[in-house]
Amino acid sequence: MRIAVVGAGPAGVRAVQTLVAAGHRPAWLDEAPDGGGRIYQRPPAALNRDAKMLYGFEAKRATALHDTLDAMKPRTDWRPDTFVWHIRPGVKRLQTLHRGVQAVVDYDAVLLCTGAMDRVVPVPGWTLPGVTTMGAAQIALKTQGCGIGSRVAFLGSGPLLWLVAYQYARAGADVVAVLDTTSFATKARAAFGLLRGGATFAKGLYYIGWLRAHGIRIDEGVTPVAIEGAGSGVTGLDWRDARGRAQRVDCDAVGIGWGLRPEAQLADLAGIPFRFDAIQHNWVPERDLAGRTSVEGHYLAGDGAGIGGAEVAELAGARAALALLQDAGAAVDAAEAARLDRALTAAGRFRVALERASPYPAHLAAGLPDDTILCRCEGLRVGELRAAAAEEYPAGRAPEMNRAKAFTRTGMGRCQGRVCGAAAAEILAAALGVPVDAIGRLRGQPPVKPIPIVAPPAEAVP
Amino acid sequence: MKLRRLRDAGRPRILLTLEGEALEAQAGDTLLTALLAGGAGHLRDSEFGDGPRAGFCLMGACQDCWVVVEGQGRVRACATLAEDGMRVKRG
Ligand SMILES: Cc1cc2nc3c(=O)[nH]c(=O)nc-3n(C[C@H](O)[C@H](O)[C@H](O)COP(=O)(O)OP(=O)(O)OC[C@H]3O[C@@H](n4cnc5c(N)ncnc54)[C@H](O)[C@@H]3O)c2cc1C
Ligand code: FES
Repeated sequence: MRIAVVGAGPAGVRAVQTLVAAGHRPAWLDEAPDGGGRIYQRPPAALNRDAKMLYGFEAKRATALHDTLDAMKPRTDWRPDTFVWHIRPGVKRLQTLHRGVQAVVDYDAVLLCTGAMDRVVPVPGWTLPGVTTMGAAQIALKTQGCGIGSRVAFLGSGPLLWLVAYQYARAGADVVAVLDTTSFATKARAAFGLLRGGATFAKGLYYIGWLRAHGIRIDEGVTPVAIEGAGSGVTGLDWRDARGRAQRVDCDAVGIGWGLRPEAQLADLAGIPFRFDAIQHNWVPERDLAGRTSVEGHYLAGDGAGIGGAEVAELAGARAALALLQDAGAAVDAAEAARLDRALTAAGRFRVALERASPYPAHLAAGLPDDTILCRCEGLRVGELRAAAAEEYPAGRAPEMNRAKAFTRTGMGRCQGRVCGAAAAEILAAALGVPVDAIGRLRGQPPVKPIPIVAPPAEAVP
Repeated sequence: MKLRRLRDAGRPRILLTLEGEALEAQAGDTLLTALLAGGAGHLRDSEFGDGPRAGFCLMGACQDCWVVVEGQGRVRACATLAEDGMRVKRG
């Protein structure tokens, strides 16, 4: 049986480990030069900080995952630096690109563990050099030993806000402000549910406490106003505090982020139906607890199947591999499957509390000024999308996201709406006066990221 | 935008050029790090006239960090390792 696993983050590693233990030798592909995924991404070889320095409290989990990753490489058809740019569920074929050369991987069953990226809300001035996602700020530090600037402000909500600010301050960066768009009251209301999270919750409190103890400026319940800049850089950040007063800080870099959204383009191309998850406030591919989908032979695990975090990704990867084996007629350890199901269910409850403690600020997107750049790829402004809801085009109005895309090009740029999609949906929904789940979602297109047109076709490869 | 080297900053030096000008970086830098820690300020200008850009996601997703490397064509600066002798142009 030919099995393919896309992604070598926490979900992919545990999935492959389970498949290999059952005697399989899956094809295993990741576009990164090495495995580890986002949280446990390894720096290039020339950098040599140890795991404790790189991953902090997560060092033990990181080392354990890396050990398994390295042990699995020789026991699989391991293909790093290999980007899966298309999936064709009918013929069960992946189309890949490795160092400029195209190839195909045929499978009987595939497990997609494609992870997530930052979810952002545009802020006036957010295209200035010096503004990055929260995750990008972390990647710069973790994999390159660099801060995104010398005086850094962080703006957003959710666990990464506090974690990345803490990591920066610990590394000796000047963290000039940590601005949470969620109010203290909202977080306090969710606190009871968060207690289920045990260690995860405790770590979060530790980061916040540490930042406070070190006198770092923290403001909660803020409304971003603008990122200011001159020439090729950021000079400051303006916001209104919870009482509506104007505030400002001088800075040369800003990290922004409001949780994560699934990188689910391959699941989309595989024909897996999506649903709007109101708690996560994300469109997610439909699957059961074990990672089965309605498309035969196609399984999902990890953040790409709905945001759950790294520990959940490990559990879900192992569980989806068991489901795949079971469906292929293999005898699997039922007790282990049941244990994973229980752990996933419990983790799901904690996730709900976490999402409630840092809800996506839909009102901020809906309330953006008309002249704010919405689509970074093509420089489209918020007002252009709003106009699509009001204007009568020859083909009618834009009652949903894909019509709006056709009329305005929102989401048609080279990132395919990964960056602006979440906010664009809020803006259109607000302009139309309908709930955000009523206007649909941007559909994925191959290639899921731009590939050079010069890449020779698969047929030319021996 | 100027990246600030905080950790692991004593690596072997490598030399690149940006638009013909010499630029010093460190082994293990991505092109994005090499250029933005080396004082380039930005990576490209938006083709829609709304100003300079310097990447956004650092994980190969946003496509905002395109530069041109002689002999390789257009690459994502955040996902390409800098190598000694590379000749780079803004994207
Ligand atoms: C930038 C960033 C920083 C984060 N930092 C933290 C943190 O500090 N602490 C924390 O608890 N959580 C963090 N998270 C969340 C955490 O990374 C995830 O919960 C966890 O990594 C999920 O594991 P995964 O296996 O589902 O996906 P990932 O770890 O994201 O792995 C997915 C893998 O799939 C590969 N891939 C995706 N698409 C393709 C394709 N088309 N072709 C080939 N390969 C592909 C990617 O290269 C990647 O290696 C972060 C997330 C992001 C995006
Ligand atoms: S910075 Fe987003 S693709 Fe490079």
